[in-house]
Amino acid sequence: MAATRRTLLDPTIARAAVVDAFRKLHPRHMVRNPVMFVVFIGSILTTVAVARDPANVGFNAQLAIWLWFTVLFANFAEAMAEGRGKAQADSLRRSRHETQARRLRNPANRDGIELVSAEDLRKGDAVLCLPGDVVPGDGEVIDGVASVDESAITGESAPVIRESGGDRSAVTGGTRVLSDYLVIRITANPGETFMDRMIALVEGASRQKTPNEIALTMLLSGLTIVFLMAVVTLAPFASYSGVSVSVPVLVALLVCLIPTTIGGLLSSIGIAGMDRLVQHNVIAMSGRSVEAAGDVDTLLLDKTGTITLGNRQAVELYPVSGVALEYLADRAQLASLPDETPEGRSIVVLAKERFGLRGRDVGPQLHMTFVPFSAATRMSGVDVPDGELRKGASDAVARYVTEAGGVMPRDIGDIVERIAREGGTPLVVTERNGASPRVLGAIYLKDIVKGGMKERFDRLRAMGIRTVMITGDNPLTAAAIAREAGVDDFLAEAKPEDKLELIRREQKGGRLVAMTGDGTNDAPALAQADVGVAMNTGTQAAREAGNMIDLDSNPTKLIEIVEIGKQLLMTRGSLTTFSIANDVAKYFAIIPAMFLATFPVLGALNIMRLHSPQSAILSAVIFNALIIVALIPLALRGVKYRPAAAALILRRNLLIYGAGGIILPFVGIKAIDMLLVLAKAVS
Amino acid sequence: MTWIGWAQILAFSIVVLLVTKPIGIYITRVYDGSLHYLGRAERVIYRVCGIDPSENQHWLDYLIAMLLFSAVSMLATYAALRAQGHLPLDPQHLPGIVDRQAFETAASFTTNTNWQSYAGETTMSYLSQMMQLAFHNFASAAVGMCVAAALVRGIANRSAGRLGNFWTDLVRGVIYIFIPGAIVLALLFVQQGVLQNLKPYLTVGTIEGAKQVLAMGPVASQEAIKQLGTNGGGFFNANAAHPFENPTPWTNFLQMVAIFIVPAGATYWFGRAVRHQKHGWALWTAMFIMFIGGAAVTYRFEAAGNPMHAAEGVDVHAASGRMAQSGGNMEGKEVRFGIAASALYATVTTDASCGAVNAMNDSFTPLGGLVPIVNMQLGELIFGGVGAGLYGMLNMVILTVFIAGLMVGRTPEYLGKKIQSRELRMVMLYVLAAPIIVLGMTAIATVLPAGLAGRGNTGPHGLSEILYAFTSTFANNGSAFAGLTSSTYFYNTTLGIAMLLGRFVLIVPVLALAGFLSERKIIGESAGSFPVDTPLFVLLLIGVILIVGALTFFPVLSLGPIVEHFLMHAGRVF
Repeated sequence: MAATRRTLLDPTIARAAVVDAFRKLHPRHMVRNPVMFVVFIGSILTTVAVARDPANVGFNAQLAIWLWFTVLFANFAEAMAEGRGKAQADSLRRSRHETQARRLRNPANRDGIELVSAEDLRKGDAVLCLPGDVVPGDGEVIDGVASVDESAITGESAPVIRESGGDRSAVTGGTRVLSDYLVIRITANPGETFMDRMIALVEGASRQKTPNEIALTMLLSGLTIVFLMAVVTLAPFASYSGVSVSVPVLVALLVCLIPTTIGGLLSSIGIAGMDRLVQHNVIAMSGRSVEAAGDVDTLLLDKTGTITLGNRQAVELYPVSGVALEYLADRAQLASLPDETPEGRSIVVLAKERFGLRGRDVGPQLHMTFVPFSAATRMSGVDVPDGELRKGASDAVARYVTEAGGVMPRDIGDIVERIAREGGTPLVVTERNGASPRVLGAIYLKDIVKGGMKERFDRLRAMGIRTVMITGDNPLTAAAIAREAGVDDFLAEAKPEDKLELIRREQKGGRLVAMTGDGTNDAPALAQADVGVAMNTGTQAAREAGNMIDLDSNPTKLIEIVEIGKQLLMTRGSLTTFSIANDVAKYFAIIPAMFLATFPVLGALNIMRLHSPQSAILSAVIFNALIIVALIPLALRGVKYRPAAAALILRRNLLIYGAGGIILPFVGIKAIDMLLVLAKAVS
Repeated sequence: MTWIGWAQILAFSIVVLLVTKPIGIYITRVYDGSLHYLGRAERVIYRVCGIDPSENQHWLDYLIAMLLFSAVSMLATYAALRAQGHLPLDPQHLPGIVDRQAFETAASFTTNTNWQSYAGETTMSYLSQMMQLAFHNFASAAVGMCVAAALVRGIANRSAGRLGNFWTDLVRGVIYIFIPGAIVLALLFVQQGVLQNLKPYLTVGTIEGAKQVLAMGPVASQEAIKQLGTNGGGFFNANAAHPFENPTPWTNFLQMVAIFIVPAGATYWFGRAVRHQKHGWALWTAMFIMFIGGAAVTYRFEAAGNPMHAAEGVDVHAASGRMAQSGGNMEGKEVRFGIAASALYATVTTDASCGAVNAMNDSFTPLGGLVPIVNMQLGELIFGGVGAGLYGMLNMVILTVFIAGLMVGRTPEYLGKKIQSRELRMVMLYVLAAPIIVLGMTAIATVLPAGLAGRGNTGPHGLSEILYAFTSTFANNGSAFAGLTSSTYFYNTTLGIAMLLGRFVLIVPVLALAGFLSERKIIGESAGSFPVDTPLFVLLLIGVILIVGALTFFPVLSLGPIVEHFLMHAGRVF
């Protein structure tokens, strides 16, 4: 997906949204939102009153116009939020081509090719993809290895490797094979593919109200009934008191009192929340999972790639007794010279910077042959004319040394343990000049914790979120890294089933857990977690099990996902509070205005000193309509979010949206009233 | 306003603060079953009534038991009141009570309202007072506590919908809280001169040589439970303004403390039960702030009096010494209590759904009379009725948590339990009931001739009278604004219905809420949880209660007491 960040109020989207705002006036659509439906009915009643009450045409017509605006503004907000998703879905659709596929009748020996349309492929079919082909559907690689351009989905232009078996076997329809060939077993029927689902999700076509939205709608409907009762009974009370109140004025009071601000913006907040995830290249399978992200108490983070950089660096050298430090440095550098792995480079650099050893030319001049790392020996090194240099894990080296008749020096064990306790990985260096190899010392390879992680974890902790690091390292190393990274807990020597067990334990303790995963063996844990973010590079099983997919396959993003979830909920809460707080000022604008003709003494309640009863009522209605428009950007962007403890966040939001919600309408209604007076004077 | 007036309010506040914790601990032990000093009596009652005390009822069973008990006891009272003339202990030979009034009275006492459209001394025999009305004073108070206990358990535990046993809760509430408390109070009242006898009424000669009938009766015993159970039904028509019911400033003070003692203790009980004592105190604080605010407003406007008097050259200022006078608005108030104690009493009795009065609220200044109405309209949760105050407040707390809880970036949860649509539906039913029923019935009364006929005054004051009647009965308060003639077919029937709705329409969602919450798993609290024990929370809670509760009634209030206030300052009264 083209990761273009759209400006908040993109003109093309806005234009389409204006049209949609009118289209959404259909009663079938309006009735889905009880609060705005009441405004809708009120607008109709007021419009009818314009025709039936010739004495007040001007005033009633203005009221009617602004009431219709209120409805349209709310529709516009929703259309804007949907429009952003639609635009994204369209760009996804464009990337889909009418694809021809090479179906294989006999996949085992890549035989029996027939050309069919991608639309005709069914689950279980096998297809062959050659360089330049578009993968015709979602599937599993069953043969071959190839580089694939997945930019259509991820927006990432660098190609990725896809191969049969293992965790890189999933391919997505719509991506393009760049080299070699792939035989793919199709796993989804047309219309059910990942791309199809993604388009539907982004577009919001399958959007359902989330549990919290349902509850909030209930609250808003309940409040609407309360205020409906207050306004409907006002008619008999007024007639008891000898006050005549017209229907449009009652409608105006009702519309001002019911929570139109949040009622009008509620669905756009939800859609925008999903959209914000999409901007971060994360696809949520349901709105429910976005809400769950806000509630998460425990984050399970894989160490490698999330907390630490993928590769380790040499930071220290420890010679055994009887070996000079410089000599160890020289041998270690020599053993690593041809080693192109990041670890190997870091050893060369360490020796150069610490001991002034220049990198020597590699190759025939030195008569060196490189012995690369192999799973069998678990060592690497070089062969030089006068012997062998090897470096590797201490147990592998010990086996190598003893098998060749050498002995491990007594102090190497202490060195290795010290390095492990400090969170490092020890790499033992040996040299063999004659019959048996001699251990020189150990290199301290250190996991490099990503910059800024500690601060992020501190912020998460302030928000009440615990972080647990998952690693295959031994407990000593894990503890040291956990301490350095500042995570709250760690799970060492973790196997996939340990992960699942940990999630279950956390959930039993009443906590919600979020995790990321990519491998097939992560699938059960992903399914068990409340928020399971599958990496897009992961296997099909993992992507099916998670309830979100990260197209960038960046595990650190879990933190952002949690923050987006929180921001979504905060926006809802803040606007609800704001909406309800607004009522105070509106009462003081409309109630005195209604009764002023009969009870001039009630002018004392007109604390805003509004010009006339009509301008007061009109100002309140106009403010009520305009505030919806004014808050559309906030609804789409979400309230400002800074991680902190709940008490601090509450204080801040309550000050802005609670206290602000009480004060702002006093100012706004007064200002509109003054403008109305001015406009009248001018005309 | 005088320093001695404020000193009374301050002294009262301090006493309420001091009793909260010990009473709270006592209530906790009553409902967690750890109190046993009347164990033998308890067991006898269970055996006689066929109660299985080990049964843990599902919320529906709890609800059915509560409704059955209320219905049967209400019908029994109705029958006994109708047949009063044929029953013993009736030295004045008072006849049976007419159907509409018997219905209303039975509803009134069953629902802990104690609205009285009759004068006790000329209507009720001693038997009716002691067997029927006093019985309900104990039982309805205990039922209120049962419902609160069920909700407390629903919030505190995870028990798959099981909330305890209604029958044991009922029995334990009566024998451990209300009977011992009433005995102590009654003795204190008798010491201060409250009447307690079964004699026929006395006819005495007055100083002027006229003859006067002095009503007698078992007053002190009735008075004790009337306050302790926040019932409020007076033995005499004049209620606590009557010198035989409330003879001295000391009994007056004691009565007010008795009204608040159980509701205040309930906040501590709640805090203890949910293992969050600071939250319990937060509720207490929110209640206290609203109480003291109301008391201050009432006191201020009563002490200021009617500006029209001042305009006539009357000295309305308080003075001491040789020229001692209370100043302010003394109309309808007892001289032995004065303005501060009357204003405080009116606030306390309407805060706590008691409804006893020691002055005539109808004669208060418009804004002085507004406070009691608003107190009741907020839902009787400023300490509130016994049990009812706590569950009313908890409803508003959950509403607050739902509205504002999202602002911390989590879906709303209260004390570790998620609040979702199931729970919220019940809370909204509770919140919706008051505006629909009170405003609806008041509106009907203001357009029907039968409703308008009962008014003692016209104009805004007449509206206040009707509004007060429906507010008071729905809120199960029972205090009367007076002025309104309510012993008519229309008012006996509609007010009786308002009381039943106000009691049971609210209890059903509360018990359902308790059941639903008890099914929720308990989520651990963290720094990310919504704080429910901070000053900010207290402010927020008060804000939600005022905006959702009081603002609904602002339109009608502005046509009643508020416009009356401004008209009074413009020189017009009704």
